[in-house]
Amino acid sequence: MEKRVIVIPAYNEEKTIGEAVRGALHVADRVLVVDDGSSDRTSEIAAAAGATVVRHAVNRGLGGALGTGIEGALRLGADAIVTMDADGQHRAEAAKAAFDRLTEGDVDFVIGSRMLEGKGNMPARRRLAQFLGNALTYVLFRRWVTDSQSGLRGMTRAAAERIRLRSSRMEVSSEFVKEIVDKRLRLAEIPIEAVYTDYSLSKGQNFAVGVQTALKLILRRFLD
Amino acid sequence: MTVIQIILIAVAVFGFVAAVSRFRRRSIGFRQLTLWTLLWAAVASVVTRPETASEAARLLGVGRGADVVVYLSIAALFYLQFRLFARVEDQERQITELARELALKDLKE
Repeated sequence: MEKRVIVIPAYNEEKTIGEAVRGALHVADRVLVVDDGSSDRTSEIAAAAGATVVRHAVNRGLGGALGTGIEGALRLGADAIVTMDADGQHRAEAAKAAFDRLTEGDVDFVIGSRMLEGKGNMPARRRLAQFLGNALTYVLFRRWVTDSQSGLRGMTRAAAERIRLRSSRMEVSSEFVKEIVDKRLRLAEIPIEAVYTDYSLSKGQNFAVGVQTALKLILRRFLD
Repeated sequence: MTVIQIILIAVAVFGFVAAVSRFRRRSIGFRQLTLWTLLWAAVASVVTRPETASEAARLLGVGRGADVVVYLSIAALFYLQFRLFARVEDQERQITELARELALKDLKE
C-alpha cells in the first residue's frame, strides 16, 4: 500500500488547524504540519490533533513552508503528497480525491481547482483576483490552469523529488506551474469544493500582497 | 575654495579612510578597496578641479561637466541597487534553507 502524506503549512492558525489535521488524518497515513514560526499555539494544537509537526524558527512565508513540508514528507517516505491549507477551506474529501487521482498512475501532479464544473462558489472579488493570477501565470509560463492559486495540490514522490521551489512567499503557487511546465510533468486538474468562511476569507491574499506577488513573479521571470 | 568644495572633500577623505580601515579589518577585499579608492579619487579631483568633469563631458559627448557627474552617479546607484537586491534575495533563500534544515533535523520515518 502506498504511503500518503498530507502537508499543511500553517502560520498562526490555532483556530482551525486542529480540525484541519483531524480531517486530514482520515484520508492520509501521516499529516505533516509545518508551523511557519507562529506566535500562537498552532504547533501544540496540531500535535495534539495527531499531526507530525516541524517548526520554522522564523517566519519564511508560504513558499518556504511548502518547500519544507514537501522535503519533510519525502523524508517520511511518502509515495504521494498532498498539500492543503490550514484555514479550513479544503475538505478532507478533496485531498482524498487528489490522492486517488494520482493512484490512477497517468499523472504526476494534481491541482484541486475551485473553478471546474460549476463548483466555483468563490466570491466575486476572489474570482477576479483568481483570473488575474491565472492570466499572469499563463503569460509567464505558457500554461493555463483554471485555479493557479489553489492551495490543494497533489504530487507523486517522483514529481516531488524533481520540483525545485525557490520563492519564499505567495508566488510559490505559480512557481509550481512553472516547475510542472519546465519538468514536463503530467498535470490533471480535479474539481474541488472550497469552504469560504469569514475566517478563511480574512486570511487570504489582499490586494497589496497580490500586487507584490505579481511583481516578484515578473522580476524572477526576467532576471533568472 | 568654496564651502561646498570643502564639504565634499571632507566626505571623500572620510570615505577613503573608512574604506582603508575596513580593508585593514579585512571586512572588504583588495578589489573593493581599489574600487572605492578610485571612486573617491574621482570625486576629489572633480571637486578640486571642476574642469575635469567638463573634459570628461567633451570626451563622452555630453553637454556639461555637471551632467556627466549626474549621469554616471545614477548609473552607479542603479548598479549598486541591483546588487543589493540580488544579495538580499540570496540571503532570504539561505535563511529559508537554514530554517528548513533546523525544522527537519529531528524528523524521522
